[in-house]
Amino acid sequence: MSYVTDKKRVHGLGSAKDGTGHFISQRVTAIALIPLTALFVLPLGYNLGAGYDRVIEAYSHPVNAIVVILFFITLFTHLRLGLQVVIEDYVHGHGTRTALLIANTLFCWLFGLTGVFAIAKIAL
Amino acid sequence: MVEFTLPKNSRMTIGKTWPKPQGSNVRAFKVYRFDPDSGKNPRVDTYYLDLDDCGPMILDALIKIKTDIDPTLTFRRSCREGICGSCAMNIDGINTLACLHGMDDVKGDVKIYPLPHMPVVKDLIPDLTHFYAQHASIMPWLETKTNRPAQEWRQSIEDRKKLDGLYECVMCAACSTSCPSYWWNGDRYLGPAALLHAYRWIIDSRDEATGERLDELEDPFKLYRCHTIMNCTNTCPKGLNPAKAIAEIKTMMVERRV
Repeated sequence: MSYVTDKKRVHGLGSAKDGTGHFISQRVTAIALIPLTALFVLPLGYNLGAGYDRVIEAYSHPVNAIVVILFFITLFTHLRLGLQVVIEDYVHGHGTRTALLIANTLFCWLFGLTGVFAIAKIAL
Repeated sequence: MVEFTLPKNSRMTIGKTWPKPQGSNVRAFKVYRFDPDSGKNPRVDTYYLDLDDCGPMILDALIKIKTDIDPTLTFRRSCREGICGSCAMNIDGINTLACLHGMDDVKGDVKIYPLPHMPVVKDLIPDLTHFYAQHASIMPWLETKTNRPAQEWRQSIEDRKKLDGLYECVMCAACSTSCPSYWWNGDRYLGPAALLHAYRWIIDSRDEATGERLDELEDPFKLYRCHTIMNCTNTCPKGLNPAKAIAEIKTMMVERRV
């Protein structure tokens, strides 16, 4: 039994004055991924089944390397933002939600940086 | 996690089947019944009506059932013409107003349930306390800071037109209760109805609290739980477009940053 008024319950802790940055980033990364995915897939498809040396040579080219790095950064940023929404939608316990949000951020940074590191190692 | 299944005390049981009348145009109505005083789970009662002896809308059927068959059936209704918003319920899987939904819009048995995912007070009556408090929280009035004119504030015909498609909302709650985001996070997400009303005051040319209104809404839960799946627009019995109103609010949020 709680004697909290409806008004207090609805206002809760007030507005976070946040969310628009997330909204903009999610859409910008989504749009950016359209050309980046195409640019990522083209050399990938072209070199599919090719020998080790040819693949290393292809991704040593600055244009290919930069495109792949941009693709990884954009992809994992977009993934982090999207998964954050899913967690916020469906996970309600405050502790579990916070833990999952942190795990999501770490997961995306880990895999994103691993990809960037791999390409950088080939290219440099 | 969100609850995807009904709690034990909300699981449905089969209820009473009432006698079938004579006639060639008889239709079955399966109606959700819940009596909090009985301590029993909700049940679905089956009523039969001769449609030749009944008005054409679902609300006519409910009134006929209450008058002639079972006076314990409980539901809200008032204007019977889509103005008061009282008789919102889930008919044949769609949130709508019983007074605006024709019997011929439904094929087969007519299944009538209360608005989804709300606490049920009794039978077809959901508890809308939180829903109304959310509406009150968006300041549904003209907020002005200028003292003059000390009479009515005039509005151009063009500015008045911006309110069309918004002011007609009757707060029946059909949209908000059709929204999964509202089901899962209704305690914090304002829902399509309150946000449509928020937009109605944001774009009113006479209102001077636009910035404050946007400040209040700028929140990952109050506003940004809307993922534009448009159940609200599909279900609105008044043909309004809450999803568009929410999208306009989001556009304004971006505009004041970029």
